[in-house]
Amino acid sequence: MTALGTDGTRDAPPSMSGRRSLATALVPALTVAVSLLALCLLWNLAASVWPSRAFPGPAQVWQVLLREAANGDLFYHLGVTLGRVAAAYIVAMIIGSVIGVLLGSYRRVDRFFNPWVILFLNIPALVVIVLGYIWFGLNEAAAIGAVAVNKIPNVVVTMREGARTLDPSYAEMATVYRFGRLDRIRHILLPQLQPYLAAASRSGISLIWKIVLVVELLGRSNGVGFQIHLYFQLFDVAAILAYTLAFVAVMLFIELLLVQPVERHATRWRRRPA
Amino acid sequence: MQPVGAVVPLKVDIAEKTFRSARGVSITALQDLSFEVRQGEFACLLGPSGCGKTTTLRILLGLDKDFSGSFQLPQGGSNRIAAVFQEPTLLPWRTVEQNVRLALPKSLRAKNLDGLFDTLGLAGMRSLYPAELSLGLARRAALARAFATEPAVLFLDEPFVSLDEQTAERLRHLLLTVWSARPTTALMVTHNLREALMLSDRIIVLAPRPTHVLGVFDVRLPRQHRNSQVMSDLLRSFHHRFPDVT
Ligand SMILES: Nc1ncnc2c1ncn2[C@@H]1O[C@H](COP(=O)(O)OP(=O)(O)O)[C@@H](O)[C@H]1O
Ligand SMILES: [Mg+2]
Repeated sequence: MTALGTDGTRDAPPSMSGRRSLATALVPALTVAVSLLALCLLWNLAASVWPSRAFPGPAQVWQVLLREAANGDLFYHLGVTLGRVAAAYIVAMIIGSVIGVLLGSYRRVDRFFNPWVILFLNIPALVVIVLGYIWFGLNEAAAIGAVAVNKIPNVVVTMREGARTLDPSYAEMATVYRFGRLDRIRHILLPQLQPYLAAASRSGISLIWKIVLVVELLGRSNGVGFQIHLYFQLFDVAAILAYTLAFVAVMLFIELLLVQPVERHATRWRRRPA
Repeated sequence: MQPVGAVVPLKVDIAEKTFRSARGVSITALQDLSFEVRQGEFACLLGPSGCGKTTTLRILLGLDKDFSGSFQLPQGGSNRIAAVFQEPTLLPWRTVEQNVRLALPKSLRAKNLDGLFDTLGLAGMRSLYPAELSLGLARRAALARAFATEPAVLFLDEPFVSLDEQTAERLRHLLLTVWSARPTTALMVTHNLREALMLSDRIIVLAPRPTHVLGVFDVRLPRQHRNSQVMSDLLRSFHHRFPDVT
């Protein structure tokens, strides 16, 4: 431990700030890589200690992944699921935001509808999905609608909180200078709600994609959830893991390449010091 | 002075404005408040803190409709109003220039603002965000926004409060410069008598709450002649007419 500590300090003397900043940029990425590698090794070790069809090692999963990628199935099902995630996300964010901002802005309306929000927050996802399929049939709209309905109450609660923090002086400025409706939404409302939109988005994406898999499992004939269901019946754990890991990777990439840069862009005015 | 039949640009006749709190306590802020501001005139509403100056402006800006009485805003010309609020009220997520342009009607959005930014000393700060500005600079940006819209009437609510005296004085001169370039009917709220004497054509003196007009003090002298000698004369005659107002 001590050797490591002194090595660390010798590596980055205070004078060499250039090297240090490069190091501070690389160290977290390196840590993640090493950590994931360690997990793979541990998994490999466990799989070789208890060899079983129900517990394949990373190499087997990788092989299935390559096979499914080569015959195109992987990308087809990933694409279908991703499409559903995106559709449900957009529907839930728009409807949830509108309702949330209304409730946050009008106290009486909020008092009346608050019990409904609490009720919907506590209905299990599975119930909404089953009822959606029963009432609206085993179709795409019912699937996406059911996922959105599961997410909407969370968005409502977050955006209601956001609407309560709106600063009326900006709205008054907009009234005096006769801002149009679109300008009000774009330049007054959305920037103030941005942190809440970001929070709702973050928790939204991860919740939604998990529910989408269930919806696919119960009533769709494609998508990652459907594939997992299929391989569950075939007892093919390697394929189940291959699809799961591929989809987790896709969602992490979206978080890294889409959500975070968008957020950085939206908050650029905040980061510069006064 | 006004020829018969001439339009009165700003005519205020507020019978009463009462605030009712949720607990049933009511505060009457304005009672029988009436005054006029003539076309192209710079007028000041002078009154002690808490007498109802901001309340009056909010009614005139259309932000508070719960009052009895009436008022008439200037007609003709652009028909727009502009306000410099007690706080700069710039959108923190938009740059200085975007803040100014957003307040413009669509037809003026692309207009050349170089002259205005130059005059107000903001030329190098158009792309800064409000958080990067000092309070004095933010106030200038708020002035730029108000003047850029070429309003028919301009309302200012203590625009120089909580600045150090030197900055406030520089801003008063800047305000006079931009205002003189395009004299606009203006109503400024202040509790600073010296400021009112320096800037205005007429001072509308308000009573403490519930406020009404105590009297009107006209300053006929052109602003460029109001040197320190003249200012102390003005102060003396003001105190002579309104011995109770500080
Ligand atoms: N929203 C409000 N609710 C209750 N009372 C208010 C409200 N706004 C202002 N008042 C009261 O009205 C009076 C005048 O306020 P204001 O117009 O802000 O004074 P000022 O002349 O300092 O601008 C004050 O006594 C204040 O307490
Ligand atoms: Mg005030």
